[in-house]
Amino acid sequence: MIDAGNTAWMLMATGLVLFMTPGLAFFYGGMVRSKNVLGMLMQNFFAMGLMAIIWVAIAFSLAFGNFGDGGFLGNLDFAWMRNIVASPGEEAFALTIPFVLFCAYQMTFAVITPALITGATADRMKFKAYAIFIAVWLVVVYAPVAHWVFGGGWLAKLGALDFAGGAVVHINAGAAALAVILVLGKRRGWPREGMHPHNLPFTLLGTGILWFGWFGFNAGSALAANGIAATALINTFLAASAGMLGWVVTERIKDGKPTTLGAASGAVAGLVAITPCAGFVGGMAPVYIGFIAGVLCLLAVQLKFKFGYDDSLDVIGVHLVGGLVGALLLGFFADASINELVAHEGVFLGGGFSLLWYQFVASIVTLVFSFVMSFIIAKVIDKLVGLRVSEEDEDEGLDYSQHAETAYSFGATGAMDRR
Amino acid sequence: MKLVTAIIKPHKLDDVKDALKAAGLHGMTVDEVKGFGRQGGKTEIYRGAEYVVDLLPKVKVETVVPDELADQVADIIVNAARTGKIGDGKVWITNVDKVIRIRTGELGNDAV
Repeated sequence: MIDAGNTAWMLMATGLVLFMTPGLAFFYGGMVRSKNVLGMLMQNFFAMGLMAIIWVAIAFSLAFGNFGDGGFLGNLDFAWMRNIVASPGEEAFALTIPFVLFCAYQMTFAVITPALITGATADRMKFKAYAIFIAVWLVVVYAPVAHWVFGGGWLAKLGALDFAGGAVVHINAGAAALAVILVLGKRRGWPREGMHPHNLPFTLLGTGILWFGWFGFNAGSALAANGIAATALINTFLAASAGMLGWVVTERIKDGKPTTLGAASGAVAGLVAITPCAGFVGGMAPVYIGFIAGVLCLLAVQLKFKFGYDDSLDVIGVHLVGGLVGALLLGFFADASINELVAHEGVFLGGGFSLLWYQFVASIVTLVFSFVMSFIIAKVIDKLVGLRVSEEDEDEGLDYSQHAETAYSFGATGAMDRR
Repeated sequence: MKLVTAIIKPHKLDDVKDALKAAGLHGMTVDEVKGFGRQGGKTEIYRGAEYVVDLLPKVKVETVVPDELADQVADIIVNAARTGKIGDGKVWITNVDKVIRIRTGELGNDAV
């Protein structure tokens, strides 16, 4: 039965989540050097174009066909928009919103997940290679993992919980980011040269947009306008706040100053960590989860200097680590009084260690699958078209070398003649 | 004293700076400038219309050194900034009549 209230909320939540991708674009865009900002914005915006089409063409069906089969992959029942608009999908999926809206809502997740990877590969990936990579990745990596967890596949049947995509979105994208940068290599000059953010106000603006849109991401994952959605919303808010505090307090102690980039990063770390937990925990749990994520992600982003991998804008440090922190902490804080889908409560609620074990299995399986598949895809694309821009193009910057544009053109010396 | 001025590619600034520091040079002034030489311009595209940008971004490095160091400093810059491709830039040396350190009022070589 279609419910008008639920449908109204989910229409809006879809818009909220879509808005996160431009938010992410500015979050990342502010952190790159000014010669690469259009390259970064373009990679994120282009995901809204390419991922949407591939989603309705095939990926949605591979993710959500054979719903609830406990298996590894969907089918082609909904490919090419078949059986989506006039469908019995609402009943089969126990939905109270139109099936086509469910498809649109999930589409916004499919847009932002591959876009998250761009933060790690910043400043050096060929645009063509990027476009091919995310197209293949959505079908080969995202769709199966979404089926395992969101589509009633084997991880869902196992008993692992993931409210809005801690594993499907954040661990998945973070592991893929690690794989791609191992194929891609470091930016020229890193870590010797300081490659500091060119526009932190953009990054703060992007953080605000992400925080705002995340209410649609997490509260929308209730798929209804109900108490679970409201709980997910306040949990999301509190985790972001606590994540910011965790990061800023720790860096104040560690490095001496509270920074704006730290505040932004901490809020995002909190948001990432609460994502799998949002509709499954209550009380002060989101505050603990967010705070722990803020502290641990700050420590995790230092690892790249120790191990020498160029995770340029800390996708691994924030999304992979934050996603793992959230997925595992759910094993401690999951509360059946918040959501009846919690079959095994967390350790702190006296449910023993079974949920924590399922969370661990789901996290590791997602991490390993995404890492291995992404590594193979990146290697093949590298062989076929080359993953990385030439040295000259990298020095020139992605804005001009990939897109023939300049982001900032101030004053008379920026003037140009029409050819 | 001599003023050594160099116009270089922006991404070579770190190399030049590091090389000069390694040679014991104490300071420099850097400017973001635009200009053209033999490299010519580049073409940008906005909604299908092509625009020629003839003034390309460059970095200007200036440093005042004692007479006897000028040639050595110029060599260091040339070696550090060279890519071998067109558009690497130029270095020139000019005479400086007088230098005063503002804080102490020191003059000449004591001030550089």
